[in-house]
Amino acid sequence: MKNSRLLILILVIMFVFLLGPFLIILLSSFSGDATMKFPPRGLSFQWYGKVLNIKMFRTTFLVSLQTGLAATVTALLLGIPVAYSAVRFRYRGKAALELFFSSPAIVPGLVVGFALLRFFIFITGMPVMVGLYLGHTAILFPYTVRVVSASLRNFDPSIEEAAVSLGSSRLQSFFLVVFPNIRSGLAAAFILAFITSFNNVPISLFLTGPGVATLPIQMLIYMEYYYDPTISALSSIIIVLTILIVQAAEKLLGITKYM
Amino acid sequence: MSYVELNDIDAGYVKGKPVLKEFNLRVEQGELLSLLGPSGCGKTTTLRTIAGFIMAEQGRVMINGRDYTRIPPHKRNIGLVFQNYALFPHLSVFDNVAYGLRRRKVDKGIIQTKVGAILDLVSLQGLGDRLPAQLSGGQRQRVALARSIVIEPDLLLLDEPLSNLDAKLRDEMRAELTRLQHQLGITMIYVTHDQIEALSLSSRIIIMNEGRIEQTGTPEDIYGSPATPFVARFMGFDNALQGIVTEIGRDHATIDVEGVPFRGPASPARQIAQGDKVKLFFRPEDAQIGREGDPNSLPAEVNFFNFQGRTTLCSLTAAGQRIQILLQEGRDAARDLSHVRIPADKIVIEKDM
Repeated sequence: MKNSRLLILILVIMFVFLLGPFLIILLSSFSGDATMKFPPRGLSFQWYGKVLNIKMFRTTFLVSLQTGLAATVTALLLGIPVAYSAVRFRYRGKAALELFFSSPAIVPGLVVGFALLRFFIFITGMPVMVGLYLGHTAILFPYTVRVVSASLRNFDPSIEEAAVSLGSSRLQSFFLVVFPNIRSGLAAAFILAFITSFNNVPISLFLTGPGVATLPIQMLIYMEYYYDPTISALSSIIIVLTILIVQAAEKLLGITKYM
Repeated sequence: MSYVELNDIDAGYVKGKPVLKEFNLRVEQGELLSLLGPSGCGKTTTLRTIAGFIMAEQGRVMINGRDYTRIPPHKRNIGLVFQNYALFPHLSVFDNVAYGLRRRKVDKGIIQTKVGAILDLVSLQGLGDRLPAQLSGGQRQRVALARSIVIEPDLLLLDEPLSNLDAKLRDEMRAELTRLQHQLGITMIYVTHDQIEALSLSSRIIIMNEGRIEQTGTPEDIYGSPATPFVARFMGFDNALQGIVTEIGRDHATIDVEGVPFRGPASPARQIAQGDKVKLFFRPEDAQIGREGDPNSLPAEVNFFNFQGRTTLCSLTAAGQRIQILLQEGRDAARDLSHVRIPADKIVIEKDM
């Protein structure tokens, strides 16, 4: 009994650390104060109104959305064949290749960001949006490979071979038999990758330039100048949206088992 | 020329380390050939090489006079049935069965008729709309069978298709397979590690071990006269007594087992000579209670016995060697046992390496 009490205590502490910050943000977003204080005094919805009125937030939200969607789709399109070959085939140098593909997820984001900055912006002089898109694709790629690999591993290869033996080529069999059965895995990869891109700071920090920023970067910039609960309101909106999306996807597809 | 021929095949999963080496196989049209052996013996590798999922490094695969060695699996027109059914989970029974016909661009109306007919044949009428998850194991394997037969394959390969089913269903499906084979006359290659399955289904059996063929023969041949110690052990000749050949006759040999003369069948093919060390293999159920002075009768000491209803399992020490026998008699007979007799025609003599 003593043991389980200790476990419950640990659990409670975990939850406080996990959910506490969210709670503070949520509460402070309804604050009547003009600066961030806790506990908040008064109640108002003015900060939510302010978020929607600040044009910078709207434009950077669009940048984040575009970058996130484009990079996620690209990383998936690249990740599916790589995951497929990694799960289904044996070849020389496979382990090294897998390590290479997952390196953006292992190397600290700041290092990756700096490296990409040197390469994309300084050497090629490409537009900021393109650099952002390529940089995000690079960091999302390991995630899509991983999640898609997990769902492919759950899919019995003999089902695919049955399809091949019945007369469809490997590629045809993939689209007719494998694809319909790993759809929820793909959805999980899509959501995980998109959220990773949407939340990313270190890569974006290096790759955003004058006039172009993603939403998290814009939030950092805003906080340097204003210390009011607008950011709390914005954060609350993002948290609620994320929870809604993940919940809906879980209900529809049961995606969390792949994450 | 045989219907299916593997000629000097080297094949395996890792290049340079073939599981099959200079492997040769002949299958005649319309026969049901079993590849029987323990796991890792190369039987599945053989099957996958014929199906085209493993490309042979050396040698040639011939089917019906055509060279299939470099033809990809989806162009081979070979049916495949797996142990775990491998049905398409997202498709109905009807669509599962129709899959191969659709890839062959068969007319819709014809697909309807053919799938209907084949579902009747495997007694699945009326289940066309179900999803695989809504079927029992036996029904799933019927769908898998229907799916691979409906394309009218040149050859049907079955990879331990019954081993996921319970004992009663297995008997049923075995009978069903035999019926289908007679009715359709498809050439089948059947991979299994279950000797009873192979004996009851096959027109011919090939016993495999470590990528080689140990013995080819009819079920009766394989069961009655195993050609090698490996086959003997695999086919249930669990006991081995050591002895020395003292005399070779035209069709029999006399072997001295610790001073007791034993007679057993000997054929020239076995290549045993006087003075050779040999092993006498026999099945537990073939041993009987003997008496002093009986031919082929050894004094034996009972270590323990275990009454099992129809039979009694006895562990004996005879001629200093441990053997296990299954008696038809009950415990009293087992307790009083003093000699064990092994009928001459139930003995297999193999040279002791």
